[in-house]
Amino acid sequence: MTLSRIAPYLQATPLTLILAAFLVLPIATIVMVSFWDYDSIQIFPAFVFTNYEETITSPVTWSTYLNTLKYTVIVWAVTLVVGFWVAYYLAFHIRSATMQMVLFLICTIPFLTSNIIRMISWIPFLGRNGLLNQSLMSMGVIDQPLEFLLFSDFAVVLAMVHLYTLFMVTPIFNTLMRIDRALIEAARDAGASAFQILTNVIIPLAKPGIAIGSIFVVTLVMGDFITVRFMSGGQSASVGLMMANQIALLQYPAAAANAVILLVLVLLLVAAILRIVNIRKEL
Amino acid sequence: MSKKTTDRTGAAGAKGVSRRGLLKGAAALGGLAVGGQAVTGFPTIWAQNPITLRQFGTGVSNLNAIAEKCKADLGITLQMTALDSDAVSQRVVTQANSFDIADIEYWICKKVFAAGTLQPMDVNKIKYYDQIVPIFTTGKLTPESKIAQGTAPNTVGFVEGPDSKKFAPAPTQWMTLIPTIYNADTLGIRPDLVGRPIKNWKDILDPAFKGKTSIINIPSIGIMDAAMICESAGIIKYGDKGNMTKAEIDTTIDFLIKTKKAGQFRAFWKTFDESVNLMASGEVVIQSMWSPAVAAVRSKGVACVYQPLEEGYRAWGGGLGIAKHLKGAQLDAAYEYINWYLSGWVGAYLNRQGYYSAVLSTAEKNMTPDEWAFWMLGQPAKADILSPEGKVMYTAGAVRDGGSFEQRMGAVACWNSVMDEDRYMVRRWNEFIAA
Repeated sequence: MTLSRIAPYLQATPLTLILAAFLVLPIATIVMVSFWDYDSIQIFPAFVFTNYEETITSPVTWSTYLNTLKYTVIVWAVTLVVGFWVAYYLAFHIRSATMQMVLFLICTIPFLTSNIIRMISWIPFLGRNGLLNQSLMSMGVIDQPLEFLLFSDFAVVLAMVHLYTLFMVTPIFNTLMRIDRALIEAARDAGASAFQILTNVIIPLAKPGIAIGSIFVVTLVMGDFITVRFMSGGQSASVGLMMANQIALLQYPAAAANAVILLVLVLLLVAAILRIVNIRKEL
Repeated sequence: MSKKTTDRTGAAGAKGVSRRGLLKGAAALGGLAVGGQAVTGFPTIWAQNPITLRQFGTGVSNLNAIAEKCKADLGITLQMTALDSDAVSQRVVTQANSFDIADIEYWICKKVFAAGTLQPMDVNKIKYYDQIVPIFTTGKLTPESKIAQGTAPNTVGFVEGPDSKKFAPAPTQWMTLIPTIYNADTLGIRPDLVGRPIKNWKDILDPAFKGKTSIINIPSIGIMDAAMICESAGIIKYGDKGNMTKAEIDTTIDFLIKTKKAGQFRAFWKTFDESVNLMASGEVVIQSMWSPAVAAVRSKGVACVYQPLEEGYRAWGGGLGIAKHLKGAQLDAAYEYINWYLSGWVGAYLNRQGYYSAVLSTAEKNMTPDEWAFWMLGQPAKADILSPEGKVMYTAGAVRDGGSFEQRMGAVACWNSVMDEDRYMVRRWNEFIAA
């Protein structure tokens, strides 16, 4: 009797301990340090709001956050369209389950390499004397190399889409596979066009997958710093990059304050997504 | 890894043994070893009492060849970690026990020495102290030369006492860093792509190079390159480029932002290899560069020149500092390592890479007369000049960019530095990068 009452707690204990030690404690430390004071070499315990004040009142912060949000929105929109497209094709146009799994695994092949390598390989491809420019020029499509291809917002978004689309494909594919095919037949029997089936049946039922994919992509892009640094050639800023700079300059409290603000912002975005879609309903 | 760690602990455990005692024991053991035909190849005391020194620093001088030679000559195992300058300052301040030897630049020293994680060194224990290039002691290359702007090494090279954190204005017995490596930096160019002679720092602003230039994105170094450019272009005249006022910082950064918005820059680089790739791929044709990066571009068969400019060079220098926690045998080993560093082999190795070493007389003995004439005297090479790895770097007849040691180090306009308004400068620099 007692054991059966304690059992659930015992089952939850390992995860609780791990999360407490490796998630709650570090975040609590970051929050604490964000109120500390610092000079060029040291940080000292204190309770000051200057870190938040300096962060929030600086126009650089605002433009950096806006820039990061811009990347997030663009990357989210592109990965959503591409991801849904791929998942839809896999789920509804490939008939055999084996083939579906084979094609899905093919999608994951690029992920066998590290994402830094996948990103850096874009650089020689997109460069002024890179493969793309050279082929376009030898085909006579352009006579000047296209400069915007590399070290630009275009390059950043391209690399991020490349890196993160699979995070959209996987959950959407998963929900699409769970849709009862009888519903689609019923819609067709009731006279719905293919487009109506897509918008009235498939997309609503795919919402949880879309929401989960969106959460992945949004959190990844909001926290990214290495892609922005390499693909923009150091010309653009993101919140992650700003924090990396602050850490590099030993301004830990300022970086911590930034991290807290970013965390709150990302949590709000995730909350908004969850507010629109109840992901538990379909899982 | 774990083995090395145990070795180190073992060494620390034996710190009670006196240096003299060890020497005696070692001599006796050495005699025994020779008598017993068991020559190990590690002739010194450290072979019997293995010592590991953990050194970290910027990539330029953390060379495996030095660690190997050190092991062979002294029996001291050097564990090298290469980091960028920001990470180096961070480690010195925040992880005082994670290193034994810090290989840092002088401007980093100015920033971190006050944290109290390094101990000053007794110059009486430095064998070649008297022969160290005077730039690092009195600040003057020759008695007539003027001390350049910025964090000149002599201004942070000494402290007032063994426990002092206050920099002394003139040489004392207590040195913060033993200089190891330094150089005069300028702009690198692609002579095949610039299409005109480059003479001044302001040439990087030429509209012809729009979207084909780059500068370094390490604030404390980038701001100096920017200052050289601004002063050359007549935007501003600085009181001291190495210690700007807020107004001077504003003028400089505002000008940089304007230039960036006009699309003059292609990218900003932070690491050595980024600068090499930008140049070798032709993404940029003129940019801030370090001398080994120029050599690396050239070794790919791409023309690249380290262009001397009329306004002079931006110089930097690094040195070895000893961690506060070193004591006993490990401290002795650290001194021994530093004396070995200055004794010539390393100096020759560094000189052959295009850097300069702190004690020239010992380095000269380890170089051929032709190598010495090429690297240090600026004379045309009589035979092919090889890199330390044996690759041909210059063919016979070539002359080093910028000429002799005196011509290059004598034309230093400013040193890499850390300013009083550092925090403000960094904030404005981030604004420039985010703009």
